[in-house]
Amino acid sequence: MEQSSVIVRVKEKLMSAVFFTAALTSILAVGLICIFLFVNGLPAFAKIGSLNFLLGSEWSPADTPPAFGILPMIVGSLYITSGAIMIGVPIGVFTAVYLSHACPKEVYKKIKPGVELLAGIPSVVYGFFGMAAIVPITGNSILSACILLGVMILPTIVGIAESALKAVPEQYYEGALALGAGHYRSVFSVVLPAAKSGILAAVVLGVGRAIGETMAVIMVAGNQARMPVSLFRGVRTLTANIVIEMGYAAELHREALIATGVVLFVFILIINLSFSALKRRANR
Amino acid sequence: MKNQNTFELLAKIATRAAAGITIGTLVFLVGFILVRGIPYIKPSLFSFTYNSENVSLMPALISTIIMTLFSLLIAVPFGVSSAIYLTEYAGRGNKAVALIRVTTETLSGIPSIVYGLFGMLFFGTYLGWGFSLLAGAFTLAIMILPLIMRSSEEALKSVPDTYREGSFGLGAGKLRTVFKIVLPSAMPGIVAGVILAVGRIVGETAALIYTAGTVAQVPTNPMMSARTLSVHMYALSSEGLHTNEGYATAVVLLVVVVLINMVSAKIAKKIGCAE
Repeated sequence: MEQSSVIVRVKEKLMSAVFFTAALTSILAVGLICIFLFVNGLPAFAKIGSLNFLLGSEWSPADTPPAFGILPMIVGSLYITSGAIMIGVPIGVFTAVYLSHACPKEVYKKIKPGVELLAGIPSVVYGFFGMAAIVPITGNSILSACILLGVMILPTIVGIAESALKAVPEQYYEGALALGAGHYRSVFSVVLPAAKSGILAAVVLGVGRAIGETMAVIMVAGNQARMPVSLFRGVRTLTANIVIEMGYAAELHREALIATGVVLFVFILIINLSFSALKRRANR
Repeated sequence: MKNQNTFELLAKIATRAAAGITIGTLVFLVGFILVRGIPYIKPSLFSFTYNSENVSLMPALISTIIMTLFSLLIAVPFGVSSAIYLTEYAGRGNKAVALIRVTTETLSGIPSIVYGLFGMLFFGTYLGWGFSLLAGAFTLAIMILPLIMRSSEEALKSVPDTYREGSFGLGAGKLRTVFKIVLPSAMPGIVAGVILAVGRIVGETAALIYTAGTVAQVPTNPMMSARTLSVHMYALSSEGLHTNEGYATAVVLLVVVVLINMVSAKIAKKIGCAE
């Protein structure tokens, strides 16, 4: 009896240590990701010069001397992301309003799984769809990428905006009704503003998705590494730059591509931080 | 009064139109892929070896299954153990917990191409695994870790405290309570999360191109390169020669994703009923 209780106690201690160690995995993973990206990417900043790299408008790694300016890709990513937001946010928020305040239970049961399925479709499948259904109309262009990405971020926006709208206390809506506002007037001028932080969080997460999306964008955006000239012409994003050229890049070229990843990573970290800050405010 | 009615009408139209666009896009996309792909689903597409004649998706399908199993084998034990620590062991105001939460949230926001870069640099180059199934599986395991942690944590939290108290009251220790009482009750929620993770793995491309590589073969050991279905589709599209077979592959991929979603929703519903 004595002995077995000792074994039990040792086992308890041991397993709690095991669980704790496992819980440290995510810290370790983030640490390793930061270290390996920065160690491999930062030398390029030094060799090319931070300003030349970030603000150089020419990317021609095969020339002599080569030029490694990623401004076209930064601008390309920003263009495509803002276009996707302009398309995805209005449709997403209105859909969320419909789901949370305007649709019968039966219809909800049919639409909600549909939105979830939209989130589960792989980005290559979106890419194939874009190649065959959007590109023939708008070409391999910024516009095509915006439309496709706008659709791809819809489920993210709808999901988060819907839960934000549902979290607004029912009394807000009822109070507005009692003051004589109609159903939609109450939702749009009282409930929606009350869910502001949550909806903004949805937009920020949508930005993160859009700026990080790779495969679907490559398949429709044309990928020319030059400053964007028009909505109907091609452009290359930061993500596309890495995937397209990493296969054959060597030495400084390869380091410059990893540095492109570092720039993307820093963008994402900033977006993540603002998302958590907004979410915390929404929960308050 | 008239203004009021106009607003109501316009808002009604706008919200319905938005929901219509959302669902319409889904229907259009799925229909489009099915119409384009189904005519090209032929027996030769499922032959065991890939060549440029048959453009078989079978090696990719098998690689996808192996890749999924490997990634889950790595991520599930770590993810579930972390969730157990966070819900059952960690005390309030624990500093490590705050850091774990921040890093997990960070992980879930990192785009797959950054995982791909990291996987290539760490597993591929630093550990010297090259383009291999193992490097791909580890990269994907880190990618799905936050998903598994979050769903397991929610599942564990939803187990009523009375269960734990009952178990302690009968003289069981903490460990026995966790394994015999809490985990079994939380199992459906954990499984639902794992199934969603499977969906992520099956659909992933960018994280795999430079970790697992793009060789179309059935891997016979974990150090061999392998392309999953999604990578296979991308390879077909960038070669530009076999786009039709690409659509057929898309159909197979869509069917897998729809099945995954249905199973996960069914399990989630079961939990909802039990509560």
